[in-house]
Amino acid sequence: MMLIPCPWCGPRDESEFHYGGQAGVAYPAEPDALSDSEWAKYLFFRENPKGPFRERWSHSAGCRRWFSLVRDTVTNEVLR
Amino acid sequence: MSQPFRTASGGLVDRGRALAFLFDGREYEGHPGDTLASALLANGVHRVSSGIRTGRPRGIFAAGVEEPNALVQIEEPFPEPMLTATTVELYDGLVARGLRGQGRLAADPDPGRYDGMYAHCDVLVIGAGPAGLAAAMVAASSGARVVVVDDQIRAGGSLLGTGEHLVWVDRVTAELEAAPEVRLLTRTTAFGYYDDNYVVAVQRRPGLPEHRARERVWRIRARRVVLATGAHERSLAFAGNDRPGVMLAGAARTYVNRYGVLPGRRAVVLTGNDSAHDAARDLAAAGVEIAAVADLRDGWAITGVAGTERVEAVTLRAPDGIERRLEADLLLVSGGWNPVGALYSQAGGRLVFDPGLAAFRPDGNCRQALEVAGAAAGSYKLGVCLAEGAAAGKRAAEAAGLVAGEIVLPAVTEPEVTPPLAVWTLPGGDPATAFVDLQRDVTVADLTRATGTGMRSAEHVKRYTTAGTAHDQGKTSGALTSGVIAELLGVEVGALGVTTFRPPFTPVSFAALAGRNRGMRFDPVRVTALHAWHEANGALFENVGQWRRPWYYPREGEDMAAAVLRECWAAREGVAMMDASTLGKIDVRGPDAAVFLDRLYTNMISTLAPGAIRYGVMCRPDGMVFDDGTVIRLAEDRFLVTTTTGNAAAVLDWMEEWLQTEWPELRVHCTSVTEQWATVALVGPDSRRVLATLAPALDVSREGFPFMTWRDTEVAGLEARVCRISFSGELAYEINVSWWDAVTLWEALLAAGAPLGITPYGTETMHVLRAEKGYPIIGQDTDGTVTPHDLGLSWAVSRKKADFLGRRSFSRTDTARPDRKQLVGLLPDAGTLLPEGSHLLTGPDETAALGHVTSSYHSAALGRTFALALVRGGRGLIGQTLWATLDDGVTPVAVTGSVLYDPEGTRRDG
Ligand SMILES: [Zn+2]
Repeated sequence: MMLIPCPWCGPRDESEFHYGGQAGVAYPAEPDALSDSEWAKYLFFRENPKGPFRERWSHSAGCRRWFSLVRDTVTNEVLR
Repeated sequence: MSQPFRTASGGLVDRGRALAFLFDGREYEGHPGDTLASALLANGVHRVSSGIRTGRPRGIFAAGVEEPNALVQIEEPFPEPMLTATTVELYDGLVARGLRGQGRLAADPDPGRYDGMYAHCDVLVIGAGPAGLAAAMVAASSGARVVVVDDQIRAGGSLLGTGEHLVWVDRVTAELEAAPEVRLLTRTTAFGYYDDNYVVAVQRRPGLPEHRARERVWRIRARRVVLATGAHERSLAFAGNDRPGVMLAGAARTYVNRYGVLPGRRAVVLTGNDSAHDAARDLAAAGVEIAAVADLRDGWAITGVAGTERVEAVTLRAPDGIERRLEADLLLVSGGWNPVGALYSQAGGRLVFDPGLAAFRPDGNCRQALEVAGAAAGSYKLGVCLAEGAAAGKRAAEAAGLVAGEIVLPAVTEPEVTPPLAVWTLPGGDPATAFVDLQRDVTVADLTRATGTGMRSAEHVKRYTTAGTAHDQGKTSGALTSGVIAELLGVEVGALGVTTFRPPFTPVSFAALAGRNRGMRFDPVRVTALHAWHEANGALFENVGQWRRPWYYPREGEDMAAAVLRECWAAREGVAMMDASTLGKIDVRGPDAAVFLDRLYTNMISTLAPGAIRYGVMCRPDGMVFDDGTVIRLAEDRFLVTTTTGNAAAVLDWMEEWLQTEWPELRVHCTSVTEQWATVALVGPDSRRVLATLAPALDVSREGFPFMTWRDTEVAGLEARVCRISFSGELAYEINVSWWDAVTLWEALLAAGAPLGITPYGTETMHVLRAEKGYPIIGQDTDGTVTPHDLGLSWAVSRKKADFLGRRSFSRTDTARPDRKQLVGLLPDAGTLLPEGSHLLTGPDETAALGHVTSSYHSAALGRTFALALVRGGRGLIGQTLWATLDDGVTPVAVTGSVLYDPEGTRRDG
């Protein structure tokens, strides 16, 4: 049970949160300018690193705000 | 004589009270303070079980959680399988029997209560032996909030077994119990160590009345943890080492000192370290004759163990080479001590082999905020344990920003220790009777076979032989297994390592883990304001998400099919009503609400006029349908959106996610109002007449209140919002009132509609009515791989909007394929009701499926059965015949369009 630092509520149990996957995958500004394979990259392809990973969380059972943090996927340590 | 092996005095049992118990059908007595194991030994019972694979007799081997052999099933008061006799606290009336490996689950529900507790502390001390008590005292002196957990019935740890410094233990226990910020939990086993110092422990609470929880699971978040979990003795691998009467030397010492029980009359001691000598001394003092102490470090060897049900004699070879057969009923072994590193390993720490210790110990480099002290760290001298514990407690308090005081530790004088021998297999004898894992019946021969096949990793050998996978998780056998494998491979045991420890440290019952979350408390049950009415009027219910919804209302003598046909008939030919309050409702408000909904829905929302309603479809960016519902425009800047019953929370999450992460510039607020509005659907050609009776101020005419508009008015004297929406194709209204007014509205509708035979209907009828019209249910007729186009909803996909979620995906090669699965209707041969999920084949002997049945019903309006299905290229197959699989063959079905009833829409306006 990780202790996840919500920027609004402080450290809370992992079970209060909803996981949102890799952070920083923006909705493309011009979807029509993308080829099918570029669009598929946006839809389906995500990093899966062993080590630091910038990811999204939502404090769904708390303040309901989305935020990003960097977690080490090996140790579950929140790095920043 | 009762309890012939009980000493006259000494130990921590209450000889003044007798506890009667039954084991394997025989009556025995023991005392408060006993475990089942110590009470059995007091009565001379060693053999408790049999080897799971070999069937060989097995006895009590240890004195605590590390016990590999003495598995029992508790029969009374409630059946509990697979407990170890060494951890079952004796009570009056206990009925148990020995188990060969596997137990039997109770057939009846457990009548016991279980509960969960949460605690937060500065310092959590696990283990109340000398190191743990010292740590707790020092930490407590700083004012820190301290929790101490220990699996025994009283604090003291190894001191209970050696009988030393018990006065100090009692004093410290009393001080901790009196300290306001300290919680001392005995009979509590920490079994899981998770991220960020989250420790889970189970507390046993025997002897409480039935209404109180017999076990509690503690979930403890600690700023700092002190692991003072001690050490477990390990065995040696030699032929015949599994006979009842072979016992760990330290366990025998515990039985004598703590329980006042002699584990035998005449003992041979076999050891590679100093501790067994202390055990021999204590046993001799209590009256056990010590036939020999064979120290492997001096060149002694064992060449034979005689006896099957019980050790009868031991043959030793002295350093001078002479073999001697010694009569004995007890063979005490000590292959050394293993620091208990399970929790440290769970915490992410590594265990490294220490040659000086001849054991694996914590490497001292764990990322979690923990300290390891005493025997758990590999320090076996009492003075060192106390000092390490005190230092750990001080550091833990300082880490919490507190200052610890000085405490007085007992003065200890100890002899110098002669280094232990790292010894694993003892040569000679049959390797197929030299056991490493007594519970899994794994022998040196098995390990030899494993390495012989080419296995080089302890993890592989574990999985191949099952060594270390029993209830005891290899507590006495893990290091021994690694040691023997290393010998077989000719490598250093340190290079081989031990297998990873995982929770739970000891077995935990599912009942304890579930706590109160059983039965009706397993998941919240949501009911509407009309639930009591539905119950009182004979509704049967179905679960939709967490909601309990009326399924149908059978009358006297009706089965489900008859009731649903009757309800459907009323909706098509007269008037019927349904509680639709569970529909998800979200209030979307703000200057940018229309822009926001345009981006979310596939169709245009911003052109909707206040007062009007539009059906809308939501897709994920991949173009697959996510939800559908209606959008009501209340004002320029305000909408009421409905969602499917099961998806309300997911849709609100979806809206908030996009607002927060991609479109923070939009000024929009979303609020769930599902439980603010109760909704009743009034359906059927006569619905207008019923509504007109109750809403005199409302112009209910076709022109005055057109389809897909809403009006605020009074219905039955209640403030109401009436929407002209139809999910059945009939003239219909959805009347929304305050949740508090639902019963008043419902009863007024019933009374007003009575002359017209108004009929309440449930979800089954709703499904039939909508399926007859080809309206899909998201999640039933779709599965996350279905686009609006696949459903025939292209009319609800805007071609004018610059962008919306899912739009780009509709032109992806795969999404634009003409042979995608499409929603169609199926008409089976008269009378056949297709099972939902049936595969659809091109011919009776074909095996490749084109798709499957998603919905299937009897139709009152069509006078036959029908189905909806997703079929590859389905719209191109209309008019053709496919074959649907049944349990016992196939049946032909005609493919039709998905709208089977009133395709022209003539009934919508009444
Ligand atoms: Zn928060």
